[in-house]
Amino acid sequence: MTAGIRAIGTPNLREEFQRFVRFLLAEMRPKGPVVTPFNIITAVIMLTTAVLLVIRFAGGLGTITNLSQDVPWGLWIGFDVVTGVAFAGGAYVLTFLVYILKIEKYHPIVRVTVLNGFLAYVFYAGALLLDLGRPWNVINPVIGNSFGVSSVLFLVAWHFMLYMMAQFVEFSPAVAEWLGWKRVRRILGGLTLGAVIFGISLSILHQSGLGALYLMAKNKIHPLWYSEFIPILFLVSSIFAGLSMVVIEGSITHKVFHHRTGAKLRATHDDIVFGLARISMGTMAVYLFMQLLVFVHGQKLPYLFTGWGAWYVLELAGFVAVPALLYFWGVQQRRMPVVKAAAALTLVGIVLNRLNVSVIGFQWYVPVRYVPTWMEIVVTLGVISAELWVFRWVVNRMPVLDFAMAHGEQSASLPAAARSVA
Amino acid sequence: MIRRDFFRALGAAGTVAVSASTAQASETGAIAGTNDPVGVLVDTTRCIGCRMCEFGCAHANGQANGLEKPSFDEELTPQRQTTEKRWTAVQRHVVDGRAITVKRQCMHCLQPACTSACLTKAMFKTPDGPVTWRSGKCMGCRYCMVSCPFDVPKFEYHSAVPRIQKCQLCVTRVAAGESPACVASCPAQALTFGRRENLLDEARSRIYTNPDRYVHQIYGEHEVGGTSWLYLSAVPFDKIGFRTDLGTTSFPNYTKEFLYAVPLVLTLVPPLLLSLAKAGDTKDEDADEGGAS
Repeated sequence: MTAGIRAIGTPNLREEFQRFVRFLLAEMRPKGPVVTPFNIITAVIMLTTAVLLVIRFAGGLGTITNLSQDVPWGLWIGFDVVTGVAFAGGAYVLTFLVYILKIEKYHPIVRVTVLNGFLAYVFYAGALLLDLGRPWNVINPVIGNSFGVSSVLFLVAWHFMLYMMAQFVEFSPAVAEWLGWKRVRRILGGLTLGAVIFGISLSILHQSGLGALYLMAKNKIHPLWYSEFIPILFLVSSIFAGLSMVVIEGSITHKVFHHRTGAKLRATHDDIVFGLARISMGTMAVYLFMQLLVFVHGQKLPYLFTGWGAWYVLELAGFVAVPALLYFWGVQQRRMPVVKAAAALTLVGIVLNRLNVSVIGFQWYVPVRYVPTWMEIVVTLGVISAELWVFRWVVNRMPVLDFAMAHGEQSASLPAAARSVA
Repeated sequence: MIRRDFFRALGAAGTVAVSASTAQASETGAIAGTNDPVGVLVDTTRCIGCRMCEFGCAHANGQANGLEKPSFDEELTPQRQTTEKRWTAVQRHVVDGRAITVKRQCMHCLQPACTSACLTKAMFKTPDGPVTWRSGKCMGCRYCMVSCPFDVPKFEYHSAVPRIQKCQLCVTRVAAGESPACVASCPAQALTFGRRENLLDEARSRIYTNPDRYVHQIYGEHEVGGTSWLYLSAVPFDKIGFRTDLGTTSFPNYTKEFLYAVPLVLTLVPPLLLSLAKAGDTKDEDADEGGAS
């Protein structure tokens, strides 16, 4: 807009505008080969998703899902929303490290993490709309006299919405830099700290709020997973869930978008990952201790010697304790593959935990178990594919991984890798 | 049966101011009282399993709400539940060789989980007690179904314009001074409609009068903080399909503490973060916000 503002009153207005439109159009075009295995697979998934969604909205949720009167929330809520939002927790943790604690070390990855968080909320929380039976009424809790303020879901919905805005503000300097709007960039930059503070407060509340949703399902969730501390457990686990996601996502991004990565990030990437691994490890130790307290305090020992107990031990020992130890070992020995393995195991553990609360352990006593249909899984993959496409589009154009890259500038040193383009 | 201190009047619930001293009986099985919520007392020892309540319900509510006409062929199993096409369902349990039939439907909790779960206030407890659903507000999130301790709300999974289906305690009939359709169609006087306090008195008096006929518990008196539908039984309630592990705390209480924490976090955390951020500032104030370092 700076270009536009500067142009007002000058004969160049028209010219500037045309230049801007030409720039946008040029940026819309794919930046390399379109026909790649990744593109073909994800395109097929997304097209199938589109067809499935037409069927779903024409005939109701029952046409493509296995949801039932006993299990009203399935994969789309339990995985897409509840797990997806935990994975997106890295954004609030990193903004806390960088903008509140001022740890400069993590600065190079803050933008890509915020972008990931933002897109995760847009797509995974957006997937909530697919699950709503009457989505045209989704506006009700936002406007009018339908404020169900006694509902945890009301809080979660509002926080999703506000947090998306906060994250967009946090990311907006990158957009302004991409467009070459210098003055706007300065104004937006000034909003960052406010957005970060607001965003962290919102995150604390809705990460725990996703757990609080299940507080009223007291008699439906298996006792090993139900406790009045679900909100706190969800909040603490979202910290290492988010950071482990940053580790995994960073290692992929680092390879795929190597040509877009700034020199500084390239140089410090390993140090950053080891630092994140250390924080994850610490949080996981805290989380395990809390789980132990809940277990002992809730007198849950009798449940331990059942099939559910074995499943519970697998989740906490196999996918929290083991990866925490792997993190420890990997950081001590500075072994990147070990740290990545730890991060992957941690993510599996988070998926298990969130699904155990929301789907697997929910109505655990009913004889007919809920298993998602292949169509529910395809729609989930379709949502993830769409997010990856948008993520790639943004990273290939905006200064996300390299802050030095300015408006209209192409990748400084390296040529684009074929797998990352379009 | 002793009927002391009860004023019985045809569908007069809530509309007639009564004094307890004018005891009078009528044949419809309605008890009127003062302004506490309306409810229904189900005496399972009187139920004959004829399912006239189901027919009455479908007849009164069916047309507008897409309910199905009950079928006579259906077997009454203990697992039989209400569905999106059936707001009330009669179950048949066999306890010690004896068949016991039980009518099930929404319990109309005094402090319902579903209304506090609803983020659009589509689930709405009317001042008189019935818990109703309002189509114009509902977004179909099904959180009411997740929260309801009795698994009552049902969802139309095979509709593009799905509704939440559950017993509305015939809210319009009740407002017009009539008794709910199921109560009106019960030939065995197993159902009694009236104000909850009076129903509790009636239930207690039945237990005191026939102590061997009933277990000494009124299901719904304390469960989940109290429900408008109350049940009497000859056998322990867990034997006839009722959950006895629900506790006496009202369900909205389980989220209350979390919701109280919300304004606290929103007012206390931002200043803390701001002071932390400012404490960490170096002299170079405007070094960077979001960009190059």
